[in-house]
Amino acid sequence: MGRETAKAQQGTAYTVEQLVAFNRYNPDILPDLENYVNDQVSSQTYSLESNLCLLRLYQFEPEKMSSQIVARILVKALMAMPAPDFSLCLFLIPERQMEEQFKTLIVLSHYLETGRFRQFWDEAAKSRHIVEAVPGFEQAIQDYAIHVLSLTYQRIPRTVLAEAINIEGLALDKFLEHQVANSGWVIEKSQGRGQLIVLPRDEYNDPILKKNTADSVPFEHIAHILNNLS
Amino acid sequence: MADHDEQRLQPQDLGYDPNFVPDSVKSFVVHLYRQIREKNVYEIHQLYEASFQTLSERHFKDTPWPSVDAVAQYVDNDHVFCLLYREMWFRHLYARLTPTLRQRIDSWDNYCSLFQVVLHGVVNMQLPNQWLWDMVDEFVYQFQSFCQYRAKMKNKTEQEIALLRQFDQAWNVFGVLNFLQALVEKSAIIQILEQEKEGLEQFTANDGYDYNGGSNVLKVLGYFSMVGLLRVHCLLGDYDTGLKCLQPIDISQPGVFNIVIGCHITTIYHYGFANLMLRRYVEAIREFNKILLYIFKTKVYHQKSPQYEQILKKNEQMYALLAICLSLCPQSKLVDETVNSQLREKYGEKMSRMQRYDDEAFAMYDELFSYACPKFITPSAPSFEEPLVNYNQDAYRLQLKLFLYEAKQQQLLSGLRTFLKVYSTISLAKLASYMEVDEPTLRTILLTYKHKTHAVDSAGKVISNADVNFFIDDDTIHVVESKPPKRYGDYFIRQVALLQGVINELDTIKLE
Repeated sequence: MGRETAKAQQGTAYTVEQLVAFNRYNPDILPDLENYVNDQVSSQTYSLESNLCLLRLYQFEPEKMSSQIVARILVKALMAMPAPDFSLCLFLIPERQMEEQFKTLIVLSHYLETGRFRQFWDEAAKSRHIVEAVPGFEQAIQDYAIHVLSLTYQRIPRTVLAEAINIEGLALDKFLEHQVANSGWVIEKSQGRGQLIVLPRDEYNDPILKKNTADSVPFEHIAHILNNLS
Repeated sequence: MADHDEQRLQPQDLGYDPNFVPDSVKSFVVHLYRQIREKNVYEIHQLYEASFQTLSERHFKDTPWPSVDAVAQYVDNDHVFCLLYREMWFRHLYARLTPTLRQRIDSWDNYCSLFQVVLHGVVNMQLPNQWLWDMVDEFVYQFQSFCQYRAKMKNKTEQEIALLRQFDQAWNVFGVLNFLQALVEKSAIIQILEQEKEGLEQFTANDGYDYNGGSNVLKVLGYFSMVGLLRVHCLLGDYDTGLKCLQPIDISQPGVFNIVIGCHITTIYHYGFANLMLRRYVEAIREFNKILLYIFKTKVYHQKSPQYEQILKKNEQMYALLAICLSLCPQSKLVDETVNSQLREKYGEKMSRMQRYDDEAFAMYDELFSYACPKFITPSAPSFEEPLVNYNQDAYRLQLKLFLYEAKQQQLLSGLRTFLKVYSTISLAKLASYMEVDEPTLRTILLTYKHKTHAVDSAGKVISNADVNFFIDDDTIHVVESKPPKRYGDYFIRQVALLQGVINELDTIKLE
């Protein structure tokens, strides 16, 4: 079977995806998949499918597992939240292969899953060596935080937002300016309690906007009637 | 073909004579062979399902069928027929007796030979879908059985360990997956299903059979192998990939997968289970509901079939999974009345306990999950150096642990729901005091609720499955009442049709 080696930087992603699609159960592609994880980290891209494929190969041949690669995959999966990718990865890591650094990441995931952002940022600060190895980590978690906050709040106090995205003071002011300019945020002054940020309304935080699809009628039903009308 | 160790043993060692062929069996293989050659699918099915069962009950209740060498002479020593016969032989053995390691290895060899013959496209038979499904189903089952067996290292004899080391390719996970994948690819079944959507193929319309003088074996084995792959990936804990393997089959439409009841149930059971683990509870609930209703209506027709017990078992397991899904993700409108009343009867009490989220609740989640989950496996070969231990429970324990971990994260949400159902607005401070937590903690609970009830589907789209919803305005919670939608559309369509009917009738009346 022809095996494509993912050597060229340009078009690497395309080639590896093909590799996974056509060689799913081929142990020989392990080195390519490992290289691809490192590529994902350095170029800030992500492929769940090929990472799961690699974890699967480690599951089949545990002696070939690289802890560093697994840690990187887990960090990338955390960055994919709110998607459940982190759990998908954990399902494939046998207990015997569990390591301290993975456990730290599990704790971080737990905080994110339960909205405990303050505890998350505290713990992440203690594990810089793990999380700083992956560029874009902070941004990805901030995006997730904003996602959950947007589902929940129409108007959110500045302090709550600050804690969730771990940005304070002038940096936060700048961040808010950017969001006001580009994402439709509005800043209000609340009586004596600091700023209130008004988030854009959508179907998740505003009941009126929720489309009532249950009452929509499929076209086929109407077409059926039209056929019978004289 | 692998040697038959059992042939070298004398009948008195085995307790039966593998070379003795009763007349009824002779007649059976002769008929089966002829019907296969003449491609009479209906007759083949009768012989395969009914006669084989009857003869097994009568002559082979706790012994194997005659060896293939003993029957080969009656069927022109036909190579392919012998492979098929052996496949049935081993299936019977696994069902009635406990296979030895040697027999497990021989069965693997037989599957290799059989699949290779099929993959080379040399086969010119039409076999009943039931048989072809049973082959794939049994293949995966024997793989699962082997992994369980191999993981119990503690009491292995030296001879067994030597055999395991020597035949490390037998039931190797790569081999199993690659065979299933090869059947999918070589049959081009995915392209066939695609082309069918455009009316260029007649696969489903013909129930998978080939009416152009060809063979249905490779195509249908390829089709069933997609379900086989879903099953294997679930056993490994790789739910996402499992669902991807099933994707070419549209389970919302009738297809070859629901022609054979065993296949239909296996497909939906694993589809639902995978969605449960992926936290897509609404999807799981929908599919479990449909199949449980279907089984309720049709099980009476399967009472005499050899699959009846399996059908009942899976039925019970799916009720347990449905109970779990509904406890984690309450939905009021997705479950049919019939299914709901069965569910209340079986698990009503347990479900109310599960929704309390105390220690007892988690014991219930544990119990139901353990009862209903697939038999997870460890795919890697054992290390023969370590002290020999049993690790056959490891895979199951991991999946259970991760599932309970997820359930625990939802622990405080049930209490929250109760309050949200009672208030239309409430301040954070007040709710925090009712729930006996501080405000920051309450904020995290509210965020958790939103996160857990808004699942991300395979396309990355956010879908809300919250039965009760809310939003926060600064420090006040506003509860969103979800009214049941008034179905004006359906009502009007019905009235239009009725009126048209009246008009049509009027038109036919001739006035003097």
